[in-house]
Amino acid sequence: MNTTRRTVLKSATASGVLAGLIGTGALRPTQVLAAEWNKAAFEAKDTAGALKGMGAGAPSDSKDLILRVPDIAENGAVVPVDVVSNIPNTSSIWILVEKNPQPLSASFDFANGALPEVSARLKMGQTSLVKAIAKADGKFYTAQKEVKVTVGGCGG
Amino acid sequence: MADPMKIRATMKGDVAEIRILMAHPMETGQRKDAAGNAVPPHFIQTMTVEVGGKKVVEGHVGTSVSRNPVFGFKMKGAKVGDKVVVNWVDNKGDKRTDEAAIA
Repeated sequence: MNTTRRTVLKSATASGVLAGLIGTGALRPTQVLAAEWNKAAFEAKDTAGALKGMGAGAPSDSKDLILRVPDIAENGAVVPVDVVSNIPNTSSIWILVEKNPQPLSASFDFANGALPEVSARLKMGQTSLVKAIAKADGKFYTAQKEVKVTVGGCGG
Repeated sequence: MADPMKIRATMKGDVAEIRILMAHPMETGQRKDAAGNAVPPHFIQTMTVEVGGKKVVEGHVGTSVSRNPVFGFKMKGAKVGDKVVVNWVDNKGDKRTDEAAIA
């Protein structure tokens, strides 16, 4: 595919430029690698806004993206969440809680041998769908599950 | 200065399991104190995990991650003794770096 070839050429050029900058000491490697905190996505008030901020568009459902959450969370302040992606070439995973004031909870980028899976603990204000989104080869996939919350964990 | 993280890294077969506990209040900005004043947001925004000098995970975190966040990751290609370096930066610019070795 020509488009693939273009992308490869483009990224090759870009990394060449970056390598040059690292060589001259203009940029430290950590600064090149660490992306900015995505303010637009994290401060979005709804899931659609968060997806837009992530550049995810409309992700397609995937049964290869496994989201493990409790059915009922007695304490919304600490809800354990596990996400495992069996989609080949998964590079990133996002976790969203649909009804939280700011739905996007966290995003993770994987490299250098890291397996595309993560466990974390989230706050949930009320019963809501929890969504996992995975990015693989530039495509977005999603899985979701409802968690019933008896005591909310946002606000007091 | 924030309290140190707890990092556990162990080999299970050829997969290294890394668990991290960060000490952080993770204030959302939604909560009010006893006097009814809003507590300003204070939360971790970015974190990275490096193993053997290579970055394996970069995480970005919002307000809805729990207080004292716990994260678990897995990776291949690591071995016993590799150094695991974790750092985070919060929205006030506080930061913390801790390290451990894979056991």
